[in-house]
Amino acid sequence: MRKASGMSDRTSQIILTVICAIVLLIVAYPLYYVVVASFSDPYEVYAGKTFLLPSGFTLDGYKGVFLNDGIVSGFLNSVKYTIVGTIFSVVMLYITAYPLAQKDLPGRKALSVFFLFTMYFAGGLVPTYLVVKQTGLVGSMWSLFLPGGVGVGNMIIVRNYFQNSIPHDLVEASEIDGCSKLRTFFSVVIPLSMPILAVMVVFSMVAYWNDWFTALIYLGGKGPPLPLVMRNILIKSSATASQAATISGGYAELNKLTELLKFCSMIVAALPMLVIYPFVQKYFEKGFMAGAVKG
Amino acid sequence: MDVKQQSNSGTAMAVPAKRPGRPLGQRILDNWQLYALLLVPVILTLVYKYIPMYGIQIAFRDFKASRGYMGSEPVGFYWFQRFFSAPTFSRMIVNTVLISLFSLLWSFPIPIILSLMINQLGHARFKRVVQTVLYAPHFISVMVICGMIRIFLSPSGGLINLILGTEIDFLTQSSAFRTIYVASGIWQDAGWGCIIYLATLANVDPGLYEAAKVDGASVFQRIVNIDLPALLPMAILNLIMAAGGLMNVGFEKVWLLQTDLNKATSDVIAVYVYEQGIQNAKYSYSTAVGLFNTAVNIILLLIVNKIASKASDVEFV
Repeated sequence: MRKASGMSDRTSQIILTVICAIVLLIVAYPLYYVVVASFSDPYEVYAGKTFLLPSGFTLDGYKGVFLNDGIVSGFLNSVKYTIVGTIFSVVMLYITAYPLAQKDLPGRKALSVFFLFTMYFAGGLVPTYLVVKQTGLVGSMWSLFLPGGVGVGNMIIVRNYFQNSIPHDLVEASEIDGCSKLRTFFSVVIPLSMPILAVMVVFSMVAYWNDWFTALIYLGGKGPPLPLVMRNILIKSSATASQAATISGGYAELNKLTELLKFCSMIVAALPMLVIYPFVQKYFEKGFMAGAVKG
Repeated sequence: MDVKQQSNSGTAMAVPAKRPGRPLGQRILDNWQLYALLLVPVILTLVYKYIPMYGIQIAFRDFKASRGYMGSEPVGFYWFQRFFSAPTFSRMIVNTVLISLFSLLWSFPIPIILSLMINQLGHARFKRVVQTVLYAPHFISVMVICGMIRIFLSPSGGLINLILGTEIDFLTQSSAFRTIYVASGIWQDAGWGCIIYLATLANVDPGLYEAAKVDGASVFQRIVNIDLPALLPMAILNLIMAAGGLMNVGFEKVWLLQTDLNKATSDVIAVYVYEQGIQNAKYSYSTAVGLFNTAVNIILLLIVNKIASKASDVEFV
């Protein structure tokens, strides 16, 4: 190989660092801007006075969020859906992945194909909607969880993790000691699968917390989750009527609050997940690699 | 990451399980607990995945809920013909294909370039920070992202207009829609797209870098000669998957960013399926449109698969 093209490692490191810092700013600044704007007078924001620091500092937006019945109940609905949905989905992933990870299970191939096929072909929006309707789920919280069934992509990652990263000796030892398959699952396999469990819990939480399309189709307006409530504020720019009554300053004040609510509700909706994911970040890569290797 | 352990863990489990010489019936009985675990997932999948597949037949019928799937009158390809002659048919096809094609053109190479750079960062702490921040937008709801887009693009005091010193209402201009869609998509998911590449690069044998350094290879040469070849198989795989989903433009973002004035470029099949099927309750028609979309996707996937397997015979084996 010929001698390096004159650029030392040090110079290249500086160039790389600068480029990455620019990318970092491009990604982070819009988020930072929303945070700053949520504490600022909206008129100052739209006049371009809040590029770096809040201008006309105010907490009215956050007060407004807590006084807004729609946002508060949407938040609580989202919390409920996220908790129940995550427990449901992760249990589903585990009870599907564990049997399919057993190489000596009769019928394993056929069962795998049964689940995998749904990844490549689906009935589509309306046929699925009709079944959800026929099974009486429309308008119920369970319409958000049951039709999703087993998340096949994640199930494969978990199955491969069971196959590749749980020491087979331990499983065998526990079976020789007389543990049933179920007992082995609970007392050996699950405790050893914490990294992938953490990743799957976070993935499910994020999916349910951020979902609104399923709710839009199946809930029929009952118990809307936070993002669906926010649609009225963000996209349609309307604060609730009940809130309008409590504003004393007339149209201008209401307008101001509506704009503030946009920024503040976005923070309230985004923050919980942004706080959680860094805790499991170190498992993302490991989990993906262990899960991506075919068993 | 411990490279050696990574590569060994695969083989440790590859030792075939003992084949019990017992009859099949006995083996099924031995595993009854495992089948019991599978019971609920199988039932849910049957009901909510396979029955809807059976329900696709309403695309060829004039579905009346009171008559059921089989009792509704068969109409052949009537709904498909109606779709093909809809005034916005060609517009929707073109928009769907162009939006995903432009998305693919940008969202395929950018994560590769990003991960090649991030991987070479010397400062471990800075590297960690870059990764954490770049992943962040992936965890934010499309609803919030679209809220941000609308606010930033607002003609009166939106961030973009403030920076440009203009008062352009971007969301009412059909010429801007694809750029908005693609750019925001890159902002949200390019960082997340790096994960699989960074994981691959973490498994590159460090000895290769040492040898390259001894030979006097620059950072750029190491990227081109060591990292890039290591990423190639994963990159090809991603490309195939993406190409197979070319007609899958997501409903959510388009629907939230659509205005009456940008419909010339934002009218896509997914939104149409929703409007016709759920809002207007035209069940058979919407199913037919969705089925047409799926069929095109499957054909694309098969073609891409064929090309890729041919190409890989020549280049990678």
